[in-house]
Amino acid sequence: MQDTLEFEPTAYHVQKSNEGAALDITDFNLWYGQKQALFDNNLEIQKGQVTALIGPSGCGKSTLLRCLNRMNDLVDDLRIEGRITVDGFDIYAKGVDVIALRKRMGMVFQKPNPFAMSIYDNITYPLRVDGVTKKSILDETVERALQQSALWNEVKDRLNDSALGLSGGQQQRLCIARAVASDPEVLLMDEPCSALDPIATARIEELIEDLKGTYSIVIVTHSMAQAARVSDNTAFMYLGRLIEYGDTNTIFTNPQKSRTNDYVTGRFG
Amino acid sequence: MTSLNEQNPPASSAAGVAGVAARDAVAPRARRRFSADLSALGEPALWGFGGALALGIIMIAVFLMVVLYNGATTFWPKPIDRVELTDGTVIAGTERRGTVFRPQLAQLDDTARAEVEANDGFAFRTLYQTANFDLYGDDFRWVADFETANITQPEDFYYFERQVWGVFIGRIAGMQIDGQRMDYDAAEFARQQTAARERFREIRRIERVEIGRINHLIERERLAQRREVLRQGEEAAAPAIAQSQERIAELQAEFQVLQARVNDIRAHDRGFTVTLEEVNGRTIEPEISQIVRFFPANTLNVFDKLGIYVSRWWEFVSAEPREANTQGGVLPAIFGTVAMTLLMVIFVAPFGVITALYLREYAKQGRITSIVRISVNNLAGVPSIVYGVFGLGFFAYAMGGTIDQLFYPEALPNPTFGKGGILWASLTLALLTVPVVIVATEEALSAVPRSMREGSLACGASKWQTIRYVVLPKALPGIMTGMILAMARGAGEVAPLMLVGVVKLAPALPIDGFYPFIHLDRSFMHLGFHIFDVGFQSRNSEAGKPMVFVTTLLLLGLIVIMNATAIIIRNRLKRKYATGQF
Repeated sequence: MQDTLEFEPTAYHVQKSNEGAALDITDFNLWYGQKQALFDNNLEIQKGQVTALIGPSGCGKSTLLRCLNRMNDLVDDLRIEGRITVDGFDIYAKGVDVIALRKRMGMVFQKPNPFAMSIYDNITYPLRVDGVTKKSILDETVERALQQSALWNEVKDRLNDSALGLSGGQQQRLCIARAVASDPEVLLMDEPCSALDPIATARIEELIEDLKGTYSIVIVTHSMAQAARVSDNTAFMYLGRLIEYGDTNTIFTNPQKSRTNDYVTGRFG
Repeated sequence: MTSLNEQNPPASSAAGVAGVAARDAVAPRARRRFSADLSALGEPALWGFGGALALGIIMIAVFLMVVLYNGATTFWPKPIDRVELTDGTVIAGTERRGTVFRPQLAQLDDTARAEVEANDGFAFRTLYQTANFDLYGDDFRWVADFETANITQPEDFYYFERQVWGVFIGRIAGMQIDGQRMDYDAAEFARQQTAARERFREIRRIERVEIGRINHLIERERLAQRREVLRQGEEAAAPAIAQSQERIAELQAEFQVLQARVNDIRAHDRGFTVTLEEVNGRTIEPEISQIVRFFPANTLNVFDKLGIYVSRWWEFVSAEPREANTQGGVLPAIFGTVAMTLLMVIFVAPFGVITALYLREYAKQGRITSIVRISVNNLAGVPSIVYGVFGLGFFAYAMGGTIDQLFYPEALPNPTFGKGGILWASLTLALLTVPVVIVATEEALSAVPRSMREGSLACGASKWQTIRYVVLPKALPGIMTGMILAMARGAGEVAPLMLVGVVKLAPALPIDGFYPFIHLDRSFMHLGFHIFDVGFQSRNSEAGKPMVFVTTLLLLGLIVIMNATAIIIRNRLKRKYATGQF
């Protein structure tokens, strides 16, 4: 089982090549019980770029995102068809080690969800569940992850304080630090700014700008302005279908489909 | 998400108002009646809720006050009344309580009947604790108002609490110190009483600790002999038995020495006696060492009384019971209650939590889990005596019997574990309280936000790691709440315990200085059972009545202390795992 997807637990940072597809979604369908939520989605997430998923509520963008690290496995009565591949491996194939897969995909959630532990323990959590106990590696990871999430200067003196004492924006950046701690290939962000004020949002957006290149980022967002600001590519989804996917500039200035045009110009949604 | 907006209460009520206005504009309706408005405001419901709460609080408060008042005043020393009755009898005693009653007029003489008839046939009577059970065969006497000729409080009357026979009320006529008869001298008597009690405690110590140890060792040798015989057969075991017999002989020699010492002290002690004379002139002459406490009840000032009050409380919580549990202390019962409750928690905590973990986190939610859940909830409604019967049959007889056959065959037919004991009692109570823990743990687990679990899983943690590091710590305060409820329920339970190991008087505590130190097979005393016993099962329930309140007060206090400890721990955990603000 471990062989299907190999993962190095010691999370030294490696520069990845920025070419080709990080994730390839092919003919992907999904049902919650009898109700179909995703219809024939085809999407190629480019390595090292920011891909935004936009669309009105209930269009399936979060569902699609949560399929990428198989977070939807927790839902009962779920059925899928089609393929999602990472480097050619089908992540829904039989015998895939889901845990190893999730280690390759950092995830940031809508609401900051730091664990009730110290800042240090929060960030080292992905490594510790992997059995890493060496203090030097843990220390190094904490500093690197906090530097990457632009939180180092604010918390370096209180790493052993509870993470719950941080402000909402800091907590969300901590969650990003936690997501990048195990040095994943892809960062999945599920409306990471929806619970934050504009200043904290701006900081997270700066952060996304900094992180791209190092990681392939998939971000679900409600804010078209945010998608326009941070993403390289944008996918517009509507009622479970991928309507249009392409370069962000093109989607926002010269969409091919009228429905995309209606949405990005604010005529509905 | 956006659906939140639709549930926003201000928005919906605003829409409601707008809707009503629109309808009114279309078709004018009859004015709403005032009562309808009132119910819309929820005002009557509020009164109902408040009333229910107030009623509950009043009931609890009255209950606590009754227990507190009676429990707290029992040990306060009361004066001794010398009562002359109209028929010439004289009694002496302390007032217990009084009631109004309707006397049989036909049996009264003329003056009394006239008095009672003037009161519409009612009269008042007082219960006196006349004590002196060894002389009169009764401890209490009702005296009606119309019988009373004269009441005095003589200063030379003393109240004696004795080791046996209970209380004696009377005066001191003389004493015998080391064989010499002499007149009563208060200071000398007090000194002699202290010395005599010291002798009494010395005898008890030798008997309990030293002779107890020898008895224990002899019993072990005897069991070892039987074990050898069972294992090797009569002949092969003969040399070992001979050795063992030698050791027993040595022990018996030691025993003789100790017994001689005890006899010496006893003989010496018999030279110290006191002559007590009760109100009608009959005398007794007990050894001074039999007097536990004495005081001139009618000449005490407040500080003397306070001293006696404190010393009685101290005896109550630190000594063993005497006089069929109606006097003395309840230390073995306190010990038994606490030990059993803690043992129960040790059993119920892992069992309940693990069950709930499986039920909530691992089991596929469906018909079967629902059935299991309903069954668990229904278990909480099974009468506790049924658990007692089950505990006796399954734990004591089946499991204990098997253990005896496997590990203690030499003691048979005397059961070791095959009877009620503290282990079986704790297990029975654990079974009784496990539904509480399961339900509370399930609630606590389901209250852990989904986002926490997802956060951990997204980090590449396995399900077990998620539960272990994220879910359980977060659910711990809720689980603790379940433990607290279970503890309170378990500590207050009596009925099943009577079947599985609680006794009226346990000769030895479950923990002592003899190997293997913790004796889980032993019977024990329990405060709840003690209340039942002194209140309703003793030869003299009138004497036990005050002890009911005192023991209830103590049991309540003990449960409060145990719960408070658990609550403090829980709140610490809560603070530690408090959710952040954003």
